[in-house]
Amino acid sequence: MSKVRVLVGTKKGAFILTADGKRDKWDVAGPHFAGWEMYHLKGSPADPNRIYASQSSGWFGQIIQRSDDGGKTWNPPGSKPEELQGEGGMPKGESNKFVYEGEVGTHKWYDGTQHPWEFKRIWHLEPSLKDPNTVYAGAEDAAIFKSTDGGKTWHELSGLRKAKGNLWQPGAGGMAVHTIILDHKNPNRIFVAISAGGAFRTDDGGKTWKPVNKGLKSQFELPDPDAEVGHCVHRIAAHPSRPDVLFMQKHWDVMRSDNAGDSWSEVSGNLPTDFGFPIDVHAHEPETIYVVPIKSDSEHYPLDGKLRVYRSKTGGNDWEAMTKGLPQKDCYVNVLRDAMAVDSLQPCGIYFGTTGGQVYASADSGDSWNPIVRDLPAVLSVEVQTLP
Amino acid sequence: MIRVVLPFHLRKLAGVDGEVQLEVNGPVTIAGVLDALEARFPVLRGAVRDHVTLKRRPFIRFFACKEDYSLEPPETKLPEQIVNGTEPFLIIGAMAGG
Repeated sequence: MSKVRVLVGTKKGAFILTADGKRDKWDVAGPHFAGWEMYHLKGSPADPNRIYASQSSGWFGQIIQRSDDGGKTWNPPGSKPEELQGEGGMPKGESNKFVYEGEVGTHKWYDGTQHPWEFKRIWHLEPSLKDPNTVYAGAEDAAIFKSTDGGKTWHELSGLRKAKGNLWQPGAGGMAVHTIILDHKNPNRIFVAISAGGAFRTDDGGKTWKPVNKGLKSQFELPDPDAEVGHCVHRIAAHPSRPDVLFMQKHWDVMRSDNAGDSWSEVSGNLPTDFGFPIDVHAHEPETIYVVPIKSDSEHYPLDGKLRVYRSKTGGNDWEAMTKGLPQKDCYVNVLRDAMAVDSLQPCGIYFGTTGGQVYASADSGDSWNPIVRDLPAVLSVEVQTLP
Repeated sequence: MIRVVLPFHLRKLAGVDGEVQLEVNGPVTIAGVLDALEARFPVLRGAVRDHVTLKRRPFIRFFACKEDYSLEPPETKLPEQIVNGTEPFLIIGAMAGG
């Protein structure tokens, strides 16, 4: 019978939740890396036992961790004794060395002046679809890095910052590459998203990038209705079978593109509020999408204290509230952008984590929900692996 | 031998319990101790000071013989009690935030 493994990153450690295909009894393992901020963990599609994790702290900076046994044991990549001695016996230990390539350059600061790029942490890790040793990392301050040696060393794909990076400006949550989507049909195409930067696409494997934000309207954040960059994109999702169809939760507005981001149109439809963070796509129905509406940019919790996942089976515009099993009063948690994921079982499982420490799961495409755990630290990210 | 006390999270990262003992070649300075620490535990590179600039991370503090050495230049020589191992060199996570 198939199994699912849910990888949960929290403000104070990582947790691994496992169940069989029925998804009704869960084993909770952790905390791994107790006390550290775990922004993201993600398994390699090519080797599910290979999992990458971003561990960080305001005190000690960035650490990359890797498991080769499905999350039972972890090590910073390249930390075997024979791997640690570089040329001339010098220590290596470079799995956490993220250095911007070339002249560092500047981006727009909160006060409108220019400010140099400063590496803070890795928000998102995206392993290659084919090669377990290749992985991309989305950084704050916004940049994308790539490793081809299992995370031992990293180099920046600096063409991204040449896509008008001098005009990007951090939002309240910082300026980070938080979304990386690898095109399942075209290995040279990657999409990324940056809060208060926008969406960007490469068609040459990461050498050059272009903004893909046409149709996004951010009238209160960006006075220029045709601004090419600067839009506060919270999350993008795509179904593997249709990589040209993208769904976006923007700061305000839920959007879709049917041409790989060349243009966008709004599909917020009847949502009670179109502010939010995560968005995801059903594993077997490419037009079925999920969002969690949040009251406003000033009040980051569900409207009326009711935690509702909204599902559209029409690719947007027509939305229905999913409430069964979710708290419908006095609920004031948030669901962060990387904290929703789907499995590929039948029926499709949907998962999300909250800033209140709950991880909710639905084993019936969102019709009903149950908490897997209720009292974790604030959840930063949720990923799911469907295992044979 | 130079004795170094690491904060909890760096001890876990380095896989050590208690104090670390290091051989420091040349003058026993702040930078000399950190060089020796990183040579012995490469996983700590970047966690105490920046990989490239070698600047102390903002929320890391250095103490020797009850004196704060955090703002001293890296080439600052450490007291004799550190050199002869009667006192440890302390690397501490600063109190910050709530």
